[in-house]
Amino acid sequence: MNVERITEKLNILADAAKYDVSCASSGSKRKNENKGLGNASNGICHSYTEDGRCVSLLKILLTNHCIFDCAYCVSRKNNDVKRAAFTVQEVVDLTINFYRRNYIEGLFLSSGIFKDADYTMERLVRVAKKLRTEHNFNGYIHLKSIPGASDELMREAGLYADRLSVNLEMPTESGLKLLAPDKNRQDMINPMNFLKKEIIQRAEEKKLFKNAPAFAPAGQSTQVIIGATPENDQQILQSADYFYQNFNLKRVYYSGYVPVLTDKRLPALNTAVPMVRENRLYQADWLMRFYGFHVNEIVNKDQPLLDLDIDPKLGWAIRNMQIFPVDINKADLQLILRVPGIGIQSAQKIVSARKFARVSWEQLKKIGVAINRARYFIICKSNEFERRDLTGNNIKQFILAESKSKYIKNTQTQLNLF
Amino acid sequence: MYTLVYDGTFEGLLTAVFEIYERKLFHVKLIKGEWRASALFEEVLEIITDENRANRVLRGLRKRLSVACVQRLYIAHMAEMENEENAIVGFIRYAFDADRNIEEDYGNKYVMRISEIIKMVRREKHRMEAFVRFQKLKDETFYSAVEPDFNVLPLLIRHFKDRYADQKWMIYDIKRRYGIYYDLHDTQYISLDFSETSKPTDTITIVSHDELMYQSLWKNYFSSTNIVSRKNTKLHLRHIPKRYWRHLTEKF
Repeated sequence: MNVERITEKLNILADAAKYDVSCASSGSKRKNENKGLGNASNGICHSYTEDGRCVSLLKILLTNHCIFDCAYCVSRKNNDVKRAAFTVQEVVDLTINFYRRNYIEGLFLSSGIFKDADYTMERLVRVAKKLRTEHNFNGYIHLKSIPGASDELMREAGLYADRLSVNLEMPTESGLKLLAPDKNRQDMINPMNFLKKEIIQRAEEKKLFKNAPAFAPAGQSTQVIIGATPENDQQILQSADYFYQNFNLKRVYYSGYVPVLTDKRLPALNTAVPMVRENRLYQADWLMRFYGFHVNEIVNKDQPLLDLDIDPKLGWAIRNMQIFPVDINKADLQLILRVPGIGIQSAQKIVSARKFARVSWEQLKKIGVAINRARYFIICKSNEFERRDLTGNNIKQFILAESKSKYIKNTQTQLNLF
Repeated sequence: MYTLVYDGTFEGLLTAVFEIYERKLFHVKLIKGEWRASALFEEVLEIITDENRANRVLRGLRKRLSVACVQRLYIAHMAEMENEENAIVGFIRYAFDADRNIEEDYGNKYVMRISEIIKMVRREKHRMEAFVRFQKLKDETFYSAVEPDFNVLPLLIRHFKDRYADQKWMIYDIKRRYGIYYDLHDTQYISLDFSETSKPTDTITIVSHDELMYQSLWKNYFSSTNIVSRKNTKLHLRHIPKRYWRHLTEKF
């Protein structure tokens, strides 16, 4: 192996892949039953980059040659960047050798589109197949589904990969038309639909025949870019909700647009990455998936934007003061989960602990509740509780006055164009 | 107040619990160490580990707690956190004195403390599963030196054995001076002799020919995958505290 050449390729193709934010390696239960190499379990972040993102997978493009000219993409056809391409064997060697040293959980392989969709997809599948069949590799494999690839190739991909994903790129179809004129939303939805059906059908088979092969056991996910096009949070979250409901997606990733190119359709190069907004979107996403919130409770016609100053659960609470205070010694788990400052684990601990004795402030603090936020919304075993008749806005001001940097408003504001 | 001196083993701790009940002691403090006939403490009791007594306490615990909970107490003790014996003893006494299973009574300070200890131990175990960096040696063994905050090596065996079934590997705890070694069939605990001149981290003369190339490729990958305009040092340090850096290939 030519060390300098492979180092250069790795630098180019890792750099080009890094804007894909997914790095999840959980959700698969692939076991190491053949005394081979690796397994896929609960997901481990082996390192963290200086921007604080998890490094779990070797995330690279097979090539950054691309026939498309999407405005937001660093690998677009007309961008003057160095191009490179890995051979199938090179990707396999890197994956195996990084995995054996416990650097990674597995491989996340994507690619620019060279020639056509099927040609590209076929190469991606070949890497996964080689890892599984020739190297007994049971680590995690995430393959990108190339929009427009044939059902046959998608079926084969599902047999070797743990997760497949198609990036929707833009939260709405009009956003996509604006920035990626070569791409067509239907081409992205078709493989998603195919995979959804196939995953359901294979899971049924697996119930009947234990030896039936696993098919994309970690499901499928997608990514949308935030802040490159003018969609507001309501449009983004409703679109995410639609895909969760209709395509059984495991995750929707929100990627704050990093300005890498000059294009009059895009935010200028010196625009800050909308990191706070991205964070709020993830918080809202969690509320929908784990806390029993309906998307309309978080954003709606009257409230189309997430408040950047406070988390969306607190935002919901101060708009719905009539529900509070909640007595944490009596309320249902579902309602306790809606209290700002109480997470899933704390809520479960509260419900366990109160079977023995009523729970006090001191104990709530020990359990891990963020009292500075929760105290406006709950009563517990104590005579001390918030007696003032505070409005939601009062509470927001009190909490902001007490809290540190994370809630200080980021200078950028979201444009309200609609 | 009685001070009970025990030998640091889990059986010793269970024997101490037996003594507490047999002698009807109330205020006690358990410390690990050697028995010294000293007048410093007025009421000091030496606990002599007794397997029968320990087993009786263990059987009693199994009647009152779930299997997983007894396991958690064992793990909490094995972690060797300083002065946490008394939380474990407190938990056990609460379990015996209560009229029902108390393992989910998070309002109780001992139950909560054990839950916190387990959380810290699990986090350290998980960190080791993430931060172990193997170096391939000339004899094809994959070797890693670590310095975990708590004694978690025994908890790592299953994970690494399942995952790296087809390669010999060794993980060595520099602080506690022992390691675990997998020889393609079984794992065993080992101790290694290091002299003044050779340290557990000196591997340069014994690594395989391609080891440095892969280390360099990994470092390159690590810096290429970073997005400079998103720099967030605070978050970075929260995820990988500096004390782990010296054993991380991408950080040294």
